Amino acid sequence: MINKYRWYEIVGIYAGIAVFLTFILAPFLEAFLVSLRPIEGIFSAPYSIITENMSFETYISMWSSVPLLWRYMLNSLFISTVVTLLALFCIIPAAYAFARFKFKGSNGLLAGFLAINMVGGAVLIIPLYKLMLNLGLLNTYWAMIIPGAAFSIPTGIWLLRSYLAKIPRELEEAAWVDGAGRLYTLRRVIIPIAIPGIVVVAVATFIAAYAQQFLFALTFNSTNELNPLPVGLFQFFGRQTVVWNELMAASLIGILPVLLIYIFLQRFIVAGLTAGAVKE
Amino acid sequence: MFNTGRDRFFPYMLLLPALALTLVIVAWPLFETFRLSFTDAALKPDENWVGWANYEKIFSGNFPEVILRTFVWMFWSVTLKMVVGIAGAMLLNAAVPGRAFFRVLVMPPWVIPIAIGVFIWGWMYNGQWGMISGVGQLLGIFDGPFEFLAYRDTAFIATIVTDVWIGTPLVTIYLLAAMQSISPDLHEAAWVDGAGRWYRFRRITLPLILPAVATMSLLSSIWTFNSFDIIWILTEGGPRGGTTTMIIDTYKTAISRFRYGEGAARAVLIVLFLSAFAAFYFYLISRATRGGANNDQ
Repeated sequence: MINKYRWYEIVGIYAGIAVFLTFILAPFLEAFLVSLRPIEGIFSAPYSIITENMSFETYISMWSSVPLLWRYMLNSLFISTVVTLLALFCIIPAAYAFARFKFKGSNGLLAGFLAINMVGGAVLIIPLYKLMLNLGLLNTYWAMIIPGAAFSIPTGIWLLRSYLAKIPRELEEAAWVDGAGRLYTLRRVIIPIAIPGIVVVAVATFIAAYAQQFLFALTFNSTNELNPLPVGLFQFFGRQTVVWNELMAASLIGILPVLLIYIFLQRFIVAGLTAGAVKE
Repeated sequence: MFNTGRDRFFPYMLLLPALALTLVIVAWPLFETFRLSFTDAALKPDENWVGWANYEKIFSGNFPEVILRTFVWMFWSVTLKMVVGIAGAMLLNAAVPGRAFFRVLVMPPWVIPIAIGVFIWGWMYNGQWGMISGVGQLLGIFDGPFEFLAYRDTAFIATIVTDVWIGTPLVTIYLLAAMQSISPDLHEAAWVDGAGRWYRFRRITLPLILPAVATMSLLSSIWTFNSFDIIWILTEGGPRGGTTTMIIDTYKTAISRFRYGEGAARAVLIVLFLSAFAAFYFYLISRATRGGANNDQ
């Protein structure tokens, strides 16, 4: 049959996959090994993968040496959650408008939203800084949440719009005939059916918000208690000689929430990410 | 019936929250960046119109060099992401046991916070104790400890490698999806006619995933162009400016040195380059949509 590989082809494929996955996963393995070493074990030459006295000690000591660690983690989760909610509040009605209605300027507006994807937050950082300053939002959660939500709207609209377009129009017409208002139809007919699509968008937004908590927090926030994990760790470990084993342990604990979400929902996430690659 | 003119304002009402947020956070700052680029705004109460002075200053300084460096950085980063991504997608598309599991293992660098991935790389590049220098010494590649981030050239390469690491998962998964959408009939027909595996890849797979490769290269270029976290955490643009890209230079000028006007002029140049990318992207999308007539998207 066509898909039969010869033995050397199979060896070649597995060898290729091994090299590829080593590049992807080696940093995680290294971080984990470092987190298990006592501090004097880290600074030893020559390099060896297994060193003496490996233990989970660091995972206990880091909570006292980085006193705000738990706070950074909660901040990260809180910021991402609010970003996701705020973004969904904007995305769902907008995606519905683009999926269902023909109105003046709809193409131009959609293109305008997509164009936002091209401009990163760093380009607009100067006016954004002045804006946050004038609104009195510097050093508050909002300075990290509002820009984060705004920049996640375009992708969300793009993903959800194609999902909503597949819902049969007859459902809305039936509700319309029964005398339901348009907003009521959206709330009670469309949203319940679109929940799977909304979940994909929500998860993608959450992960992106969790992954990109650096620039806005670094620039708009100097209150240490409000820092999300990446900036909290960056500033904490930037101030003194780096305690690498604790930095690695804290980093690995910090990525656990998103890794768990990813493992449980990876099918949906991958489907959402690759929506544009496949023509239906 | 359903689409009566009775409430033609309804779609606009639906767009209101999204429009309000993006106007305030994106559109107005964009406009303001243009305006500021013609002023001497800084950390002082008043700002004066200075015309093209900021732009003249930029181009008489070292900014042309920074632009060139940004494009070289982007070129290598995107090229490597596409090459590694296509190879990865091919491997994960091969029908061997365990591939579903391998596919799950590709995504972690993309899922985790960018900054945290970069912390780990920062450790790996450490010359005294890091993994790369350590393994290199064991294999005899380096004579002694090698500090990757201490030299302009190796720091430049190191930031590219980290960017490739973070960007490759999405490219791989995207191209894999494109490969999976190719009908197996095509391969079988070619196989019946005696076409080998390599020939089928070149004449069937590659042409059919080309649109996805083009889209992804362009999106990837845009993201790479905007990339800030990786370089900032690893080198802050150093050593001696060796990894200063346009974004890093803008941030340093405006936020670290409080020269808003001069920073804005740099940002405007970035926006102009990005617009060129965007125009090309929309051209590709509109061509793709016209290509599939029954395509609802």
